[in-house]
Amino acid sequence: MNDQVKVAAIAQKSDAADQGLLGIIGAIMLGAILLFSAGFAQATVMHDSSHDMRHAMAFPCH
Amino acid sequence: MLRHILTSAVFAGIVAGIFAAVINLWAVIPMVMEGELYESGARTHFAVDGSPQSDAGSPSVFEDPARHIMPAAFSVVVFTGYAFFLVAGFALAERYGHRTTVRSGLIWGLCGFITFQLAPAMGMPPQLPATPGPEVVPRQLWWAMTVVFTATALGLIAFGRGVLPIAIAVALLFAPHIIGAPRLDTYFGFAAPELAAHFAGASLAATALTWTTLGLCCAWFWTKLQQD
Repeated sequence: MNDQVKVAAIAQKSDAADQGLLGIIGAIMLGAILLFSAGFAQATVMHDSSHDMRHAMAFPCH
Repeated sequence: MLRHILTSAVFAGIVAGIFAAVINLWAVIPMVMEGELYESGARTHFAVDGSPQSDAGSPSVFEDPARHIMPAAFSVVVFTGYAFFLVAGFALAERYGHRTTVRSGLIWGLCGFITFQLAPAMGMPPQLPATPGPEVVPRQLWWAMTVVFTATALGLIAFGRGVLPIAIAVALLFAPHIIGAPRLDTYFGFAAPELAAHFAGASLAATALTWTTLGLCCAWFWTKLQQD
C-alpha cells in the first residue's frame, strides 16, 4: 500500500517535470518562429514592412 | 508552466518592443533613412573627381509617419520572440534551483544582448543601406551559429561547475570568430564612413538598452505572475 502511494507520487512528479520541460521547449519554438518571421523571412511584403527595424537591429536579411 | 511562460513573455515583449521602437525611431532609424539617400543616389559620397564630401543630416521621421508603423509592430514581434527565449531560460534555471529575481533579470537581458547583438556584430556589424554584402544565406547561418554557441557558452559560465565547462565556454565563444563571418574580398559601400560608424555604434547602444529593459520586464512579470 505504502509502495503504491510512493509509486503514484513519483509518477505524478515526473509528469509535472515533463510538462515543465514541454512548456520550456514550446516557448523556445514559439520564440524561434516569431524571430524567424519578423527577422529573416524573405517574402517581399515581410521584408519591406519590417525593413527599417531589421537594419536597426542588425538582422542579416539581405 | 507554459501559461506562466506565455503570459510573462507576451507582456514583457510588448513593453520592451514598444520601448525599442521609440528608441530606434529617435536614435537609429533616421540614420537608416539617411543611408537610403546614398542607396537611391539622392546623395553621393566618394565623388570620382574632386573631394569626396557630401551633405550631412538625416531626414525627419515625422516626414512620413506611416512608414514607421509596420517596423514598430515588427519590433514588438521580435522582442516577444526574444522574451520567449529569456523566460524559457528562467524556467530552465529554476528547474535546477536558480530562482530568477528582477535584478538577475537585468543580467539575463545583458546576456541576451551579448548573444544576439554584440557577438554577431563582431563578424557582421550593423550595416546601413548602401552597403552591399555577401550572399544572405551563409551570413544567416553564421549568425545562427554565433547565437547558439554564445548562448551555450554564457549558460556554461553562469551555471557550470569546475574548469571543464569554462574551457568549453571559451572555445564556443571564440569558434565563430575564428571560423569568421562571410565577407566580400572588395569594399563596395558607398555611404559616408562617418555615418556608417555612427549607425553601428548607435544600433548597438540602442539594442543594449532595449535588451536590458527586456530582461527587467521579463523578470518582473515572471516573478509577479508567480506570486499570483
